[in-house]
Amino acid sequence: MSDPVLSVRNLVTQFETRAGIVTAVDDVSFDVGPGEVLGLVGESGSGKTITGFSILGLIDKPGRIAGGQIVLNGQDLRQLSPPDLHKLRGDRVAMIFQDPMMTLNPVLRIDTQMIETIRAHRDVSKARAREMAIEALGLVGIPSPAERVRTYPHEMSGGMRQRVVIAIALMLEPDLIIADEPTTALDVTIQSQILSEMQKLLAERQTALIWVTHDLTVVAGLAHRVAVMYAGKIVEQGPVDALLDHPAHPYTQGLIASIPSSVPRGQRLVPIKGMTPSLINLPKGCAFAPRCPKTSDQCLSARPEQENLGSARTLRCFHPSEVSS
Amino acid sequence: MTDLLSLRALSQTYVNGLDLAERIANLAGANYEETQVRAVNDVSFDIAEGEVIGLVGESGCGKSTLGRMIAGVETPYGGTLAWRGVALEDMTAEQRRQWELEVQMIFQDPFASLNPRMRVEQIVGEAAVIHGLIKKSERRDYVADLLTKVGLNEDVLSRYPHQFSGGQRQRIGIARALALRPKLIVCDEAISALDVSIQAQVINLFEDLRAEFGFAYLFISHDLGAVEHIADRVAIMYLGRLVEIGSSDEVFENPRHPYTRALLDEVPRLDRRQQEFNAIDGEIPSPLNPPPGCAFHPRCSLAAEICKQDLPTLQQGRDARFTACLLEHQTG
Repeated sequence: MSDPVLSVRNLVTQFETRAGIVTAVDDVSFDVGPGEVLGLVGESGSGKTITGFSILGLIDKPGRIAGGQIVLNGQDLRQLSPPDLHKLRGDRVAMIFQDPMMTLNPVLRIDTQMIETIRAHRDVSKARAREMAIEALGLVGIPSPAERVRTYPHEMSGGMRQRVVIAIALMLEPDLIIADEPTTALDVTIQSQILSEMQKLLAERQTALIWVTHDLTVVAGLAHRVAVMYAGKIVEQGPVDALLDHPAHPYTQGLIASIPSSVPRGQRLVPIKGMTPSLINLPKGCAFAPRCPKTSDQCLSARPEQENLGSARTLRCFHPSEVSS
Repeated sequence: MTDLLSLRALSQTYVNGLDLAERIANLAGANYEETQVRAVNDVSFDIAEGEVIGLVGESGCGKSTLGRMIAGVETPYGGTLAWRGVALEDMTAEQRRQWELEVQMIFQDPFASLNPRMRVEQIVGEAAVIHGLIKKSERRDYVADLLTKVGLNEDVLSRYPHQFSGGQRQRIGIARALALRPKLIVCDEAISALDVSIQAQVINLFEDLRAEFGFAYLFISHDLGAVEHIADRVAIMYLGRLVEIGSSDEVFENPRHPYTRALLDEVPRLDRRQQEFNAIDGEIPSPLNPPPGCAFHPRCSLAAEICKQDLPTLQQGRDARFTACLLEHQTG
């Protein structure tokens, strides 16, 4: 495989709160190659969004990146000065949020916002920037882009707004896109329209994509590799088929068993007991131990280290299921 | 099984009247007109005792409006809604009260649907006391018993909603619905806001409660996987109308309406890897200005000339399934 676009090593992101230090991202390592889609899966509070924010350098006080490396095309982003990082964001790395209105300014027309972005990163005339904006909107499947570019965000449907945001992200042909649940709020038919546009564009341009989501079913259809996060740690990681067909970590197994369409009709679901933990008072041992069916004394006293299982799989568990390789 | 609820040609129309400025402008010769949104249009089906019906559709298709009419939160604009065979307009005060108590609703947002200034005991038990199902002195035990049924500990009785997680709050919402001993529970996207592992717990809870009390559910959701799992029958809505209704097994295995087929084709599933997403084109048209003929024709790959002119009605096929598609009826 060619060199990874992004390589994250031992990333730790912490927040200082009145109740103590919360480690939202704890020793996270992964690579994303060109044209590769990594599904970063986890429930609320698992640290998946903060991982994305950390890569972009968007962590504000009281939070800080406490350790690790974030290497984009051979360049360590943590060593960059704030102005350099600012130049990089939106140009080499782009982020797409769940709510398009987090990206779009409601009082500016779409063209104003898109031209501003282009001219911030590229030395082009206004007329040329407008052409680029219209072209980008056409690529993500917006009908009559030359007219739609002159509208305000509130004149568009949710699906259209999300397309505009994706167009802005793709416009400058970044090396990496981080998408944080971009289709969760959309209807099924609109979701698959957007997924299909993105799949085509990313494959053409060899853009790397990190797809942050709680929905394993979307990841199954889209991702090449999957990383499952729990309480700030990646508990299991691997190629999509291997991981979904032969999950080794009890949490991954529990997530899969919780999906209604994974079991035949009339059969009971087997949910994971208990609730997602608060990061403030994590247990001393494995964070999943209180909910895990395989908990032993070892799990309660020590935290499992990340192991390499071969064939690009990693795992943090003392009692994994056999992985056929 | 007897039918608890029957809907016949039920519809809901919202009229957006003219404001003062527009009326004055009209006097001066302008031409502002009232706008009408037909949110629910000509919907007919029955719910039998103990039956689970899944109601599926995309946003803006009218599924929540339909649920709210069934639960008595909104008054229908036209058509008939009958509870235990008695139509809404023929009900005596006593029958109407019985309907209102026997249909309960569980809402999507477990944060917005509980009063943050009331304790759990009051939230769950208030209505039962007011409607005379229990005495105020019995409230504590009654609520404690309900909380155990939904999987919460009875020592949470005097806590406030903010002390609970989303999944626990949804359980409180369920306990509140159970407190009135309902026959039909309308669940409006009741699990969509929950984490995956918690969703499965709540789905299991719904099934346990159904087994114990024999409730009927109207399970409104956009999550086809969950509906397939829980529902006996499923109804698909598009732009205010039912396009297909039939048993879950039949509809999910062999969808007949082109819209149902498209929906099922596009649902991401665990066993579909590296999927080629082949979306149907376009978006749901605005209900303010629905297309003529079949509302789905601008997005339908099979649409013929006839679809642009004639309005399809729900018709029974060879089995117990109803579809609203002109082409289906021709070839049928």
